[in-house]
Amino acid sequence: MSAAVKDHEHDHEHHDHKPSGIKRWLYTTNHKDIGTMYLVFALIMFFIGGAMAMVIRAELFQPGMQFVEPNFFNQMTTVHGLIMVFGAVMPAFTGLANWMIPMMIGAPDMALPRMNNWSFWILPFAFLILLISLFMPGGGPAFGWTFYAPLSTTYSGDSTALFVFSVHIMGISSIMGAINVIVTIFNLRAPGMTWMKMPLFVWTWLITAFLLIMVMPVLAGAVTMVLTDKYFGTSFFDAAGGGDPVLFQHIFWFFGHPEVYIMILPAFGIVSSIVPTFARKPLFGYASMVYATSSIAILSFLVWAHHMFTTGMPVAGALFFMYCTMLIAVPTGVKVFNWVATMWRGAMTFEVPMMFALAFIVLFTIGGFSGLMLAITPADFQYHDTYFVVAHFHYVLVTGAVFSIIAAAYYWLPKWTGFMYDEKLGQWHFWCSLISVNLLFFPMHFVGLAGMPRRIPDYALQFADFNAFISIGGFLFGASQLLFVWLVVKCARGGEKATAQVWEGAEGLEWEVPSPAPYHTFETPPHVK
Amino acid sequence: MALKHQPLTVKLAVIALAMFGFGFALVPLYDVFCDLTGLNGKTATTAATADAAQIDISREVVIEFIARPNKQMPWIFEPEVRRMTVHPGEIHIMNYLAENPTGRFIVGQAVPSVSPGQAALYFHKIECFCFTQQKLDAGKNMLMPLQFYVDPALPSQFSTITLSYTLYDVTNGWTESIAESTQLGE
Repeated sequence: MSAAVKDHEHDHEHHDHKPSGIKRWLYTTNHKDIGTMYLVFALIMFFIGGAMAMVIRAELFQPGMQFVEPNFFNQMTTVHGLIMVFGAVMPAFTGLANWMIPMMIGAPDMALPRMNNWSFWILPFAFLILLISLFMPGGGPAFGWTFYAPLSTTYSGDSTALFVFSVHIMGISSIMGAINVIVTIFNLRAPGMTWMKMPLFVWTWLITAFLLIMVMPVLAGAVTMVLTDKYFGTSFFDAAGGGDPVLFQHIFWFFGHPEVYIMILPAFGIVSSIVPTFARKPLFGYASMVYATSSIAILSFLVWAHHMFTTGMPVAGALFFMYCTMLIAVPTGVKVFNWVATMWRGAMTFEVPMMFALAFIVLFTIGGFSGLMLAITPADFQYHDTYFVVAHFHYVLVTGAVFSIIAAAYYWLPKWTGFMYDEKLGQWHFWCSLISVNLLFFPMHFVGLAGMPRRIPDYALQFADFNAFISIGGFLFGASQLLFVWLVVKCARGGEKATAQVWEGAEGLEWEVPSPAPYHTFETPPHVK
Repeated sequence: MALKHQPLTVKLAVIALAMFGFGFALVPLYDVFCDLTGLNGKTATTAATADAAQIDISREVVIEFIARPNKQMPWIFEPEVRRMTVHPGEIHIMNYLAENPTGRFIVGQAVPSVSPGQAALYFHKIECFCFTQQKLDAGKNMLMPLQFYVDPALPSQFSTITLSYTLYDVTNGWTESIAESTQLGE
């Protein structure tokens, strides 16, 4: 199979011309180039957003005001959230989709390559606009990444206009990316690649893409309403004009809850690819994984108001949203069970991608459990807006989404660069990250339960010790990620040659093309048996 | 190749556009939903008819009145009494005092909210100063009347209803509409 592909590549070598220098990257319509750009962009954003987290943790290292003004602190929490969600996690997943989906389904490229180029290249401008808004008089957005009205309408500065336009551009970029993924999967699967033979990464991304085109436009609508409320005299969210600020929260979380699944479903796909490889067993319960992913996606549209229990709602409403939220634990439990069952009696080895995948399973489950606690309406009245919530969503987003992205990078890096990464350095990166991330986020549960509010630059004295631990964990976690950059650069430059299959237990079309993957793959579709 | 992908691409783009529209459709949908369920304590913005034939003297309901001017609104705005006990079906009049202590002409708009929210459906206003904008010249004051009754169908678990008014300064919008109507007159 791989030999056939190689011959084919040889025949078509003249297709490989690409403009040199920057033009190659500006004009490229190649899914691998675009995937690489997305991943590099996400990594840069991860460090910019991470630097903001360092500012937050430096300020919170001790009680009292140390380094920054409260207004600047608020800008840091806001922009940190926006950058990590829209600039780091989502583009990283889109980058992985670009690189891997065509190779996994035996397609020559994404279905709409020019749109693909466009959807990447508008993204840096969105974040440039967001970041330069920090230098405006009065500072950048400071209303939290959730931009609740009236904070973002009545009480915000003029940087709000820049914030709104940058969110519009991010939204357009993700919608175009999502359309591209769906069209590619529907139209370009190789002969024999039936729906129920698709790798789970492809399945989870297909469902994610549908979520994206359903909810990103709603976010675009919400920011547009904020814009017109602030500058053009409408009153969608202004009670004086007959509007309702609670309506903002409904619209925002109608987007916001599916959004959190947008950031975790591809992670499920990644872990479902990695665990069977290193357990050397096929994935347990493939079909149930597909159905579980679909049911999580459907349920995600029915639970948004669990973010708003404290706004007050009738008992029937609170019960509905509480039970629907708890119901999500069922398909998620199916997934965790299947991963564990895949490893059961497997011939396991523990290379770095597997270590990150295992850490994902354990730590994401902790995040899931704290989510269940938050779903209990009366308990939520205590937890709401405390560090318990911060602990919860960082467990699912950092040790969940980010760990899965790092795992994916280790898993496919040899396929991308053609070289094996430095295993020893990778293990160092893993253990440093694992220890520091728990020092960073676990104590947040305790200070949250004890009542420390989120998004406040100062705190009561009794939280001082825990916050010092948390900050030290934060600095160590930040520093550990520098090991990752060093490792990636080293791996791109050279190292031990990787084979086509890379991992002994790896199965799937992407492992049948040589490493590094040639510029064009599967120009004639493979036949999948 | 491109033609092969066109139908699906167009369909997906239409879904995205429709969802953008759906975001805006949530605004009226939310209003309708709140009107039907009384969620959020929204009361009717038009007058109810005085259809209070039967008075249920076996029950008493406490009505609490809260009035507060919005931060940007300089008026003094207070109810005459803080609370009153009524029988469901009885029609009552309650006056609110408004005073404009500033040296300029100001227009106000009161926005009501009822708590608990589900009781909003059973709180009927026959006449209310909140149905229209109220004007006060510099230094003047006035009494603003509210005529209301509680529906005898009010479920028995509600023994206290709180009616809250927030008063907003809408002078800007008012002068514009006056300017418009003068133009039309000419």
